[in-house]
Amino acid sequence: MSEQYTYAVARIRALEVSLFSKSGIDQLMACQTYDQCLQLLAEKGWGDTETGLNAEAMLSREEEKIWEIVKELHIPMETFNVLSYPKLFHNLKAAIKEVCTEEMERHIFYDDVSIPGDEMLAIVKEKEFDRLPKEMQEAAGEAYESLLHTRDGQMCDVIIDRAALEAIKKAGREAKDAIIRDYAESTVAVADIKIAVRSAKTAKSLDFMNRAMAECDSLSVSQLAKAALGGMDAVREYLQGTEYTEGADALAESPSAFERWCDNRIIQTISPQKYKAFGIGPVVAYVIARQNEIKTVRIILSGKQNGLSDESIRERVREMYV
Amino acid sequence: MEGISIWSNLGLVYALLGAAVAVFLAGAGSAIGVGIAGQAAAGVVTEDPSKFGQVLVMQLLPGTQGLYGLLIGFITLSKVGIIGGGAAQLDPQTGLLILAACLPIGIVGLISGKYQGMTSAASIGIIAKRPDQFGKAMLFPAMVETYAILALLISFLAVSGVQV
Repeated sequence: MSEQYTYAVARIRALEVSLFSKSGIDQLMACQTYDQCLQLLAEKGWGDTETGLNAEAMLSREEEKIWEIVKELHIPMETFNVLSYPKLFHNLKAAIKEVCTEEMERHIFYDDVSIPGDEMLAIVKEKEFDRLPKEMQEAAGEAYESLLHTRDGQMCDVIIDRAALEAIKKAGREAKDAIIRDYAESTVAVADIKIAVRSAKTAKSLDFMNRAMAECDSLSVSQLAKAALGGMDAVREYLQGTEYTEGADALAESPSAFERWCDNRIIQTISPQKYKAFGIGPVVAYVIARQNEIKTVRIILSGKQNGLSDESIRERVREMYV
Repeated sequence: MEGISIWSNLGLVYALLGAAVAVFLAGAGSAIGVGIAGQAAAGVVTEDPSKFGQVLVMQLLPGTQGLYGLLIGFITLSKVGIIGGGAAQLDPQTGLLILAACLPIGIVGLISGKYQGMTSAASIGIIAKRPDQFGKAMLFPAMVETYAILALLISFLAVSGVQV
């Protein structure tokens, strides 16, 4: 039904008013010190009484607020699989590394996903991979065995990251809503481009790239991998012939400009949802926009804390949804 | 109406059916429309209760179709004498004419009520973000009203024009 999610969309429209716009980000940038930034965020309602002016606690609380709202809207969490898969697969990666290498202090788990850290650790310790979602089972077993026998952490990452991309792509293909399909396609394509760029810089083999990249509709993975073998110029040249031309321009500019373009591309994908009155699209777009906002605020805070110049921070600041 | 057989006064049955169609379909359209707009209004008020007055007006806009259907139903009942006098003896042809006269507001009321509700819900989205644009936001659902008014006019003229 076209009028589904009417309550949810109207509520999201009201919430969008408090999202950071470009001028809001400029205001944050104009703060002289890190503490002033935190003060401004607190005045805007970021964090709560418990988080105070602790930046990390404040940002974590904001992330929690996103999912609290989604739960209040009674939207099935499966709808947001494309958004939660990166965190879920990260938990798997961290758990496998912790179990296989017995290094306990390095790995941080996300707890706002369907399988939080403790549960994931228990699954991996007991090798009960059949308790994982279907999309994770095979990759979990393969990555576990690979790390246990070869001690090659990078290969473990490659196996799980590729499985994450394939799960996102699959969730996108199965989704009824265009925004989820577009988001999944954009995410996988941008991830493939990132892999190609890093591979070109570190002279990785074609075999490595084929293992790491996931198929998508808007890019030819084989051509992208071959281009990466030829170096950064070849990657840029290949991207010029695709819908990711702007990505090629960003690559030519600087690595941080490219990273920013990757996130901006996602925001551009969800942008039309600002004008939709019905459907799940605006809710998904709000969640992505909030995550993008938190990421941008984190970049600004980190820049201010480390005394980076305004220009340098601005180069990393992402495009806002509103 | 005592002693009147349905079959001996089929015209009256058709006329009553016309009144029912006008009230039922137009009322259903309004109920759907007000329901859709109400969901959107509730969404905005959850986050910002200060916008209650503005969104309430938006929610009420699709309610008019039900009133138009009621008006035509009332005129029809009055015309055939069920209200304010003994029921008229109508031939089936006249009854069918009255039924046909009631159809425009019934059908257009149903469709326009639903779509006006959807437009109101979209306009409530405008109020959520730009409450100062209330006037413009109200114009969009009001445009849908035009066609309900046209249907009301035709149903009114047609019911009034049928000779009983």
